[in-house]
Order: sequence, then C-alpha cells, then structure tokens
Amino acid sequence: MQILRYLVPFLGVALFGTASSAGTLDTIKEKGWLTCGVSQGLPGFSAPDSKGSWVGIDADFCRAVAAVALGSPDKVKFRPLSTKEAFTALQFGEIHILSRNVTWTQTRDSALGVNFAGILYYDGQGFMVRRKLGVKSARELDGAAVCVNSGSTTELNLSDYFRTHGMKYTPVVFEKSDEVLSAYRAGRCDVFSTDQSGLYAQRLKLPKAKDHLILPEIISKEPLGPAVRQGDDKWFNIVRWTLFALVGAEELGITKSNIEALTQKTSNPAIRRFVGTEGKAGANLGLDPEWAVRAIKAVGNYGELFEKHLGKDSRLKISRDLNRLWNKGGLHYAPPIR
Amino acid sequence: MVAVAVVIAGAVWLFGNTLDNLANRGIASGFSFLKSTAGFGISTSLIDFSEASSIGRAFWVGLLNTLLVSAISVVLATILGFAIGIARFSKNWLLGRVATVYVETLRNIPLLLQIFFWYFAVLRALPGPRQSYDLAGWFFLNNRGFYIPKLEIIDGGGWVLLGAVVMAFLAFWQCRHKGISRSCAGLAVLLFISLLAVGSVSVPALTGFNFTGGTVLSPELVALVIALSSYTAAFIAEIVRAGVQSVPRGQIEAADALSLPDKDRMRFVVIPQALRVIVPLLTNQYLNLTKNSSLAAAIAFPDLVSVFAGTVLNITGQAIEIIGITMAVYLTISLTIAFSMNIFNRTTAMRGLSS
Amino acid sequence: MSWARQNLFSGWGNTLTTVLIGFVLVWALVPFLDWAVFSADWVGSKRVDCNTGGACWVYVIQRFDQFMYGFYPEAERWRVDVGAVLLMIALMLFFLPRVTGRLALVFLLLALPVGWILLTGQGLGLPAVETRLWGGMMLTVVLTVAGLALAFPVAILLALGRRSSLPVVRISCTAFIELWRGVPLITVLFMASVMLPLFLPDGASVDKLLRALIGVSLFAGAYLAEVIRGGLQAIPRGQYEAAAALGLGYWKTMIYVILPQALRHVIPGLINTVIALFKDTTLVLIIGMFDFLGIIQASLNDQEWLGLAAEGYVFAALVYWSICFGLSRLSINVEQRSGVYRG
Repeated sequence: MQILRYLVPFLGVALFGTASSAGTLDTIKEKGWLTCGVSQGLPGFSAPDSKGSWVGIDADFCRAVAAVALGSPDKVKFRPLSTKEAFTALQFGEIHILSRNVTWTQTRDSALGVNFAGILYYDGQGFMVRRKLGVKSARELDGAAVCVNSGSTTELNLSDYFRTHGMKYTPVVFEKSDEVLSAYRAGRCDVFSTDQSGLYAQRLKLPKAKDHLILPEIISKEPLGPAVRQGDDKWFNIVRWTLFALVGAEELGITKSNIEALTQKTSNPAIRRFVGTEGKAGANLGLDPEWAVRAIKAVGNYGELFEKHLGKDSRLKISRDLNRLWNKGGLHYAPPIR
Repeated sequence: MVAVAVVIAGAVWLFGNTLDNLANRGIASGFSFLKSTAGFGISTSLIDFSEASSIGRAFWVGLLNTLLVSAISVVLATILGFAIGIARFSKNWLLGRVATVYVETLRNIPLLLQIFFWYFAVLRALPGPRQSYDLAGWFFLNNRGFYIPKLEIIDGGGWVLLGAVVMAFLAFWQCRHKGISRSCAGLAVLLFISLLAVGSVSVPALTGFNFTGGTVLSPELVALVIALSSYTAAFIAEIVRAGVQSVPRGQIEAADALSLPDKDRMRFVVIPQALRVIVPLLTNQYLNLTKNSSLAAAIAFPDLVSVFAGTVLNITGQAIEIIGITMAVYLTISLTIAFSMNIFNRTTAMRGLSS
Repeated sequence: MSWARQNLFSGWGNTLTTVLIGFVLVWALVPFLDWAVFSADWVGSKRVDCNTGGACWVYVIQRFDQFMYGFYPEAERWRVDVGAVLLMIALMLFFLPRVTGRLALVFLLLALPVGWILLTGQGLGLPAVETRLWGGMMLTVVLTVAGLALAFPVAILLALGRRSSLPVVRISCTAFIELWRGVPLITVLFMASVMLPLFLPDGASVDKLLRALIGVSLFAGAYLAEVIRGGLQAIPRGQYEAAAALGLGYWKTMIYVILPQALRHVIPGLINTVIALFKDTTLVLIIGMFDFLGIIQASLNDQEWLGLAAEGYVFAALVYWSICFGLSRLSINVEQRSGVYRG
C-alpha cells in the first residue's frame, strides 16, 4: 500500500502534467510559462482573434504578469473557462492567475480559497433593450422577460433590483453567453442583462447595433479583477504589484513609448524607483529591478491598455468614467513604490 | 486480487487527495448552504418560490420541474410511439413508409440538436407579445410562451375541490354501472357549482411588455417536451414493433380463424401479448427520457441540472456537494423506476406464458 | 395500378389516410425542398451572395473546413486527414471477410496511439497542436473513438467482474456500472470538468479534452459493460467446461475462449452503443467545447453570417444522420450475417 501511495501519484503526474508543492513563482519558472484563466470569449476583455491568440485587457494583464515574473509576455498559456470551472481551476492550481472578468465579492474572497489581487476594471450590471420598445429607464421594466447568463453575480443582482423596486420579471437563464445572445436576438426576452462592459461587447454581435439601447442605470457594483489562490503570498504580491505598476505608470506619465528614454535619464525619484534605478522594489518582490519596466514595455500603462481594448481605440468605445485615475475623477489608485 | 488491491489503492489515493485538497484550500464545505437565501428568481415553478426562499427550496423547484417535463413527455412519447409502432404494420403502404422514415430520422439525430432546432425554430416562428396569436381572448401564443387561463382556488378551497372530485368519481362510477343519467347530470352540476364557489378563472391579458394572469407554458418547456417526446417516441415505436413481431404467427392465424376484424385482432390479441415484451424495454426508455431531460440546461428551462448544478453551483461554488446531490437524485429516480418495474414484471409479465 | 389499389386505396378509411398523408407531405415537403434545394444559394463567398430567399448554403460551404477541423492550424490539417484514413482502414479491416479479427485488432491497437500522437504532434518532431484548437467533426470523432478505446478495457473488466464469484468484486462492479448508467451524461461531464481537480494531487492540471474523455469513457464503459455482459451470458456452459477440461485458468479461458465468442455475439449491440455515444458527444458543447454541433452553433453568432440557424442545424442534422444511419445499417447487416459469421 505504501508503495502504491508513491507509485500512483507518479503515474498521475506522468498522465496529467506536473504536481508541485513549491511556490507558484518557482513552479512557473521551472515550467517556463504561466497558465492564465480567461473567459470563453468576451471582446475587449479576452477573446481569441482569427489566428487563435487571445486579445483583450484581461489577456494583456496576464502577459504583463508573465513579463514581470518570467521576463517575456509570450510565456503565457491561456485557458478559456466558464464561470463554473473558473474557481475550481484556480483553487486546485490548474491555472496560476484567473483574469476573467470575475467580480470580487466577499464570499469568493473568503469561502472559495482565492484572493483577489485588485481591481482591473470597475464595472456594474446594466440592461440592454430594443430601442423600439420605447423604454428609457430600467424602472419601466416591470413584467419584462430578462435573458441572463447563469453564474457570476448577474442573476442575484437582477432579482435584488426588481425586488427592491417592487417589479416583476421572468428570468431566462442560459449556460453560455452565446445562447443568451441568440435568445435575445430571437425575441425571447425584452431585456439583456449583464455587466455593462459586456453589453457593449455583445451589442456588437447584433445585426443592427444601433437598434439596441443600453439603459443608463447601473444596478450593481462589479469590481472585476485578477485572482490568485490563497496561501502563496509571494505570488499574490507579484500579481497585485503588476496591477499597481500599470496604474502607477499612468499616473507617473510612463508609457510604452517613453519608458526606454525615461529609464536612461529621468531624475524624478518616483520614476527612478519605478524603473528600478533606485530603491529595491524588485528585490522585495523576489524579482530583479527591471520588473515593472518589462510590464510597461509589454503592454503599456493602464490608460493605454484601456483605450486599446475598451476605449476610444477599440470597437467598444466605452467611456472611462469610474476607470479614470483617482486624480482625474475615477477610482484607480496605486499605492506608492518605496 | 491484484486488481482489487489496485482499485482500492486508487480509491484511497483519490479520496486522500480530495481531503487534502479541501483542507488545504480553505474551501467551505457541508450542506448548510441549502438553508441560505436563494436570492435569484426562477421562471417556472410548481411550488411557491421567490428570491427570499431558501436554496433548498430552489432544489425542490428544479426537481419538480424535471419530474414535470419527464412526466408530460413520457405520456406523449408513449402515445406517439405506440401509434407509430403500430402504423408500421399498417396495410396502407404510405402510412407504413412515413412511420419508418419518422423512426429512422428521429433516432439518428442527436437529441441536443433536436432540442436546439425546436427551441430556435419555435421561437423564430412565433410573433412578439404584442402581435400574439389570439384564440378567443382566452389563449395566447407568442414567443414568450403559450398563455392559458388558470383556475385560482381560494384558501381552503382545495379540500372542497378534493371532495368534489371524489364525488365526481363516484358519480362517474355510478353512471357506468347503473346508467342513471339524471343523477349523473345532477352531480356534474354540483361539481361545477362547487368549483365556482371556491375558484375563479384568471385570464391572461397583455399588460406592459408581457401577459399577466393565467398560466404560461414557456417556449423552453414546449420545445423540451416536443423534442423529448418525439425523440423517445421513435425508440418506443421500434420496441412496439419488436413486441408485435414477437407474437407468434399462430395467434394471428387463430384470430383470423375467428374472423376478428383487423382492428380487434390488434387490440385484443396482438397488443396484450406484445406488451410482455414491450413493458420491460419501455422502462429503459422512460429512464433515458428522464435522464435526457437534463439537457434542459442548454435551453434555459429551469430543471434540476440547470437550477441546482447551474445557478446554485455558480453562487456557492461547492462543487462536490452539489454535483453529488444531483447525481444521487438521478440515481434514486433511476433505481426507483427500475425497481418498481422489476416488481411489476415479476408479478404480471410472465403470467400465462407457457415458454 | 393494382399495387396502388391494394396498398393505398383499399376501403374508404385507407383511401382517406392516403389522401391525408399525401396532402401533409406535399404541404410540408414542397416548401422545404424549394427552400433547401431549388431556390437555395450555392455559389459565392459572402452573405450578400445569398439573395434568392432560399437556404444560404454558401455559409456552410465557406465554413466547411472549420466545421470539420475546428481551429486546427491549416498547415497541419493533413495530420487529421491521415488520422482519419488510418481509422477508416482499421474499421474496414474488421468487416473484410478475408482479414482475421486478430489482425484487425492489432492494426486498430497500433492505429489509435499513432493517430493520437499524430494529432497532438508530441514526440514526432511535428509542431505541437494544443487540444483546445481541436474542434468540429474531428473533435466529435476523437471523443467517440478515444472515449470508446478508453472505455473498452474497463468495460470488459466490469462485465467479467459483474459475473465474478467473489461477492466484493461482483457488488462493486455492479454498483459502479449502475452508478454511471443511472445518471445523465451531462452531470458526468460537469463532474469531470468541475470536480476532477479535487481528486488529483495539488497543482496537477488536466487538459480539458482529457477531462471530457474521462467523463465520456466512464459513462460509455458502464453501457459497454452491460452489452458485453449480454454476450457473456449467451456463451453456453459447455465452453467453460471444455476450457476447464483443457486445464486453462480463469484469464486464459476468458481471453482465448469466452471473450472472442462473446464479443462476436454482441457486435450489433456494440455498434448501437457507438451510435449512442456519437450522438451523445454533442453534450460537450454545454461544457464549452466546440464539437461538430458546438462549432456550428458558435458560427451562428458570427456577425457576418447572422440569421442562418436553420441552415446550420439542417446541415448538422444531415451529417449526424448520415453517419448514424450508416452505422445502424452496418449493425443490421452484421446481425443478419451473424448466422454465418466466423465463429
């Protein structure tokens, strides 16, 4: 029996890849790549392009982490996951980061064995309706049939909202977002509800995007951010500070194009600490001094990322609103590097 | 022995891993989540359910929906399957062919594809709520479902109704046996009056976006029932055919010798004997149908899998408990049906069969 | 004429039936044929080329490669073709009269791993193709064939175990079989996709395809076991006794005497299980894999080809139907031949 306890795991490893109890950083260094859980296709966040490579702010965040931890943004393997699979995959170490537009909630943070490293995108659930219904506000939706995606917090927010306002609704709940869209398009529902960013993305898939109106109400707080599993603080710090580096870079005016020049000649102490010519931020994280530089070189700062995938340079054209920096009226705020 | 040891060792290893994993990851476990508030809505429910109900109640809603869809489909599939199975022996060439084509088409196409087809075909073909097909102002058909009037019963009226139904049964029985038409009519009137006294009819009406009042059969339910029953009917038709073929020729010749008409020969001689072969096989089809109803998850009908292994799993994240319960429920249903059918078989099927 | 009178118009009831069915057939089939064939669009490359109001087969033709290969890199698709040819040959060997079953089996046992290595590209110096790029008909076939290949040995052991004289073995095998037969495949797939990591050592990661395969083969294994058990039951006692008289042990008796006969008996049953499994693989789309039906469904949401659900589903139905119907004919054929079948 004792032999089997050793033998069987060995077979398991041979069949299923590596098992390791070492820290995540060591594991991925040994492997040479990290695995990043993404959505199954949500334009702007993570969606495969025609060549099958993953595009979007969530995907790029993983690239930034790979650049920070492994030296190259290409050392990422993406794994598309449904909401249902996402947390178990993270809990059991199949993926190293979950960067999949999942909402940070108390339950998930405390009962699911994962830690959220921060907030990459401040979202909120909204509604989309056909323009010809003549609805201008979510308060007029009494009695509506609402198509939603099973999972995440969407269904719960929806019922909270309708309950608070004493309205009735019929939920039509699908397993996959493609099916939600098909049903909405086929006229099964009056309303399509999901995170507002998702509504913008899904609206692009409708035949005449202009015939559909996204209502102004936001009915929930949906802080979306990368998550890692509990119990590896070192890895948690690396992921969290990659996020702060992206936001901090924007605040300091560091961009993909000027970072090379800044590294050479700046005298601003905050920037010098950022690029690693001063202080020992890298060493504290267990990394080299250039860590943050690589992140910015790989994907740009937060503002660049946003505009490229979600904002004015993208097809989604989402305005930044809450996702501006704290000093421009938004919520993004990075603690100082010192 | 070695094989046994390996199997046991494998099981021990898997179990050990699971325990380690659960302990290490700080994941909540146990069944207390069943008592917490659901917080989500369910579109079709046989029992009272609201967002404030518990998750345990959501489980029952899902289970009852599974049973509802299975029960309706079993009845329809049986009727359709017998009709088609017998049609294959029809003297009418065309009818026989059509039945064969039906069977060969339906059973060689994946059920999931058929469900999608019915769902999206039905949805696409139907108008929006404001352009509903209107039947006499009582029934409405649109892409939100089929709206029918509903009998609403006042509190405590259920008992009165139950009494009325019992009386109606007695009346019916009396009528059949004694043929007293006047007392029949009297009792029927009594039943009708008692219904009026305790219930009122709620008729669907368009308010705002959708209809309110009455009862709605959702497009998901309709598509699922059509798909499940037409698919299973193809298999039942084959079983019926096999059953009919298993009846010895001598029986048919004997019936002919008695110059029974075709219809009676089928009804009184062939079918009763064929049933001995058909019934056990039928059980299997009913089981398959019940299990297949879990495909509801693909088209948003809130059955057990969709509500419990879908929504609830997403909310609580307790995969082991939830998948475990779901599988246990199906297993219980399967074993119950199989067990009772076995008993049924043992007591009835072989009676009088000489072989 | 007399045939028609006898079979279609004998008696008024019969005539009425004929007329009624004829009417329904005309009413349903004529518009369908018109849509699907006569006024359909066959040539072109874009959505705008579909303008006659009939079915837009242009979409199916344009997407055909994707429906077959999924996202498998174009330059590597020959590997899929080679794999398909290997599989075809292996299956054909089983039904050629001059080839012995043993040779066919050996070829199949070689073809399966070779095919797998060819598709993944590991170990041959070919560029590796990740399984998440697999899709379409290729994935459907891989799931069916690999699922069966994994299930088969398990099924034989289970079937033997269920007839074992050791109560522990018999009861556990029976319980195992009934467990998987008693639950829907979708819950098995959910289990495989969500719960599998729980059972494995920390940090082990299982490929999504492999998970689905594990689920599918557990499920198929239980059904196969029952089919095989049926074959075992059909073997007369005399065979066991003869083997015992020759001094063969349990495993030798099984491998050389009983199983070859039993399996031959149940070939129609096995083919029926294959058909059922082939249809059931569509369920993997619910756990987010792009099998043949899955990829067609996903393509229905492509902006360029919106509103072509009917074409997609009809095409899918036609393909599934041809394959399943073909297999079921094969099964009937074997059944009819089995009287003179070797053995």
